Amino acid sequence: MATEIKPGEAYGFFTDTSVCIGCKACEVACKEWNQLPADDKGFLGESLDNTGELSGSTWRHVKFLDNVPDETMGEGNGKAFLLMSDVCKHCQHASCMDVCPTGAIIRTEFDTVFIQEDVCNGCRYCIAACPYDVIDIDKERDVARKCTLCYDRLQGGMEPACAKACPTDSIQFGPLDELRDRAKKRHDQLHAQGIKEANLYGHDDEVYGGLNAFFLLMDKPESYGLPNAANAVLPGRNNVPGYLGAFVTALLGLLGTVIALRERNRQRGEVPEAREEGQQ
Amino acid sequence: MTPFAEAQHFAGDPHWTWYILFYFFLAGLAGGCYFLATVMRYWGAPSDEPAARLGYYVALPAVAICPILLTLDLSHPLRFWHMLVNTTPDEFGLNFNSGAPMSVGVWALLLASVFALVSFVDALVRDGKLRHPLARRLTALLEGTAGKAWHVAGSVVFIFIAAYTGVLLAVSNQPIWSDTWVLGGLFLASGLSGSAALLMLLTARYRREAEASRGFLEIAERLFTMLELVLVAALVLTLIDDGTADDAFGMPWLLLWLVALAGTLPGLRGLVGDRLRVTPGGTVAVERVAAWAISPSLILIGVFALRAAVIFSAQA
Repeated sequence: MATEIKPGEAYGFFTDTSVCIGCKACEVACKEWNQLPADDKGFLGESLDNTGELSGSTWRHVKFLDNVPDETMGEGNGKAFLLMSDVCKHCQHASCMDVCPTGAIIRTEFDTVFIQEDVCNGCRYCIAACPYDVIDIDKERDVARKCTLCYDRLQGGMEPACAKACPTDSIQFGPLDELRDRAKKRHDQLHAQGIKEANLYGHDDEVYGGLNAFFLLMDKPESYGLPNAANAVLPGRNNVPGYLGAFVTALLGLLGTVIALRERNRQRGEVPEAREEGQQ
Repeated sequence: MTPFAEAQHFAGDPHWTWYILFYFFLAGLAGGCYFLATVMRYWGAPSDEPAARLGYYVALPAVAICPILLTLDLSHPLRFWHMLVNTTPDEFGLNFNSGAPMSVGVWALLLASVFALVSFVDALVRDGKLRHPLARRLTALLEGTAGKAWHVAGSVVFIFIAAYTGVLLAVSNQPIWSDTWVLGGLFLASGLSGSAALLMLLTARYRREAEASRGFLEIAERLFTMLELVLVAALVLTLIDDGTADDAFGMPWLLLWLVALAGTLPGLRGLVGDRLRVTPGGTVAVERVAAWAISPSLILIGVFALRAAVIFSAQA
């Protein structure tokens, strides 16, 4: 049954990597709906991957992880070949939003993170901040771009193109609460089948306050290029220590100039002449 | 993060390269020159006034070039003003994001430009090179406590300009940059050292009447160098702690670090051995004058190399 999409409610993706078959229908649907150009990367020589990474013109990217050590799979499950359709996570505590100096990055009425292309000036601070390497400059438009969670489709009451196109329901769209329930059931189901490596990433507030696009993974997060909970940190954590270090340095620099003036005066045996402040 | 636990980094690099490198270099020099000029004018001897004016002369062009470099670095340069004005529909107003050093820095740059322009005009009037009545009235306004307050406030803004560039890098999720709290202080210390060197260089070549301040500048440069070296050591320790020291100091970045360290040699040499010989007139011995052209240049190259090593190694 189609999801009824209402402004004011939080929506997102639950990506179940255990059923992804790497067909890239999501990539194609995304590019087609959003009119994104081909990346023309040529032959990458990296498994079945031909888009390489998320970029300003690739907002869905299927990762093929075929170099995973055998021990990551449970006994009797064969050699791991992990697939994952990656996308912007639409973080609750979004690093990109935190650092954007133009106010171009906003949270929409659907609780998703959206870059306003007509406001962005391409400073690229969001690229430096995003911990997932999601955002990049679209070379045709010269602004930062990323998945919009099909903002225009949501406004029209339609689910995002990638979720619509996914033939295995690896990408599921819906209200966040509903998706979290589904994810928990799937996680428990896999564990009951003995697939203990299945784990949920971003479903709770441990990672960036929760991800609107969260995942069921078949290995530890870092294998997929996702920082684990201990490393999921916001750029703003360095504001206070950074400025404090600079402040202490400034005080020491000031002390240095005082010492230098006194030492200079001592060496030349001269007491600074009395003078009116600022006088020529 | 537990000590010595390797930090995980998956962020993409922002392609901040040459424009940003030159911006960071000039911001450090502008900040240091304005600050040193204020110290010399208000806390130095009357004989330091020519060097103080030189500092204000340097600060304006240096800080004026900065926004141009920043604008050129934007992917959409004609929208540079979006840094200051929010163009989001229905949210029109001024932009200020206190959590984003880039946003704070843009306003600080704007403010610094005003301070630099006023101090520049004031220096021209005091040097007798500008006699316009409005300019003379400005200088009259800057006499006494008002002038001191103005220049101290300006120095605070300029010190911020020199330092915040390091904090801007740290407030990210990039390897190296975000693994340390040191960069703000390091860029400031290195900027101060470079500014003292630049003023020494310009004094020797273009403003001989400022010779009396060379002793002060040389001693100050040595102390700034000491501060810089302590902060480089702190940088190494913090990066080892997060497991990114190899990325920062591996080849080819090691070569840039060696150049940066070479830039500290003149200051170190002064600290370790050779005490400055200052004549009763405030100048230093004649045989040292030739060395001034070489040492400050080496120091400035070191300041540039340090920033290049930090900027490029994280984006390799």
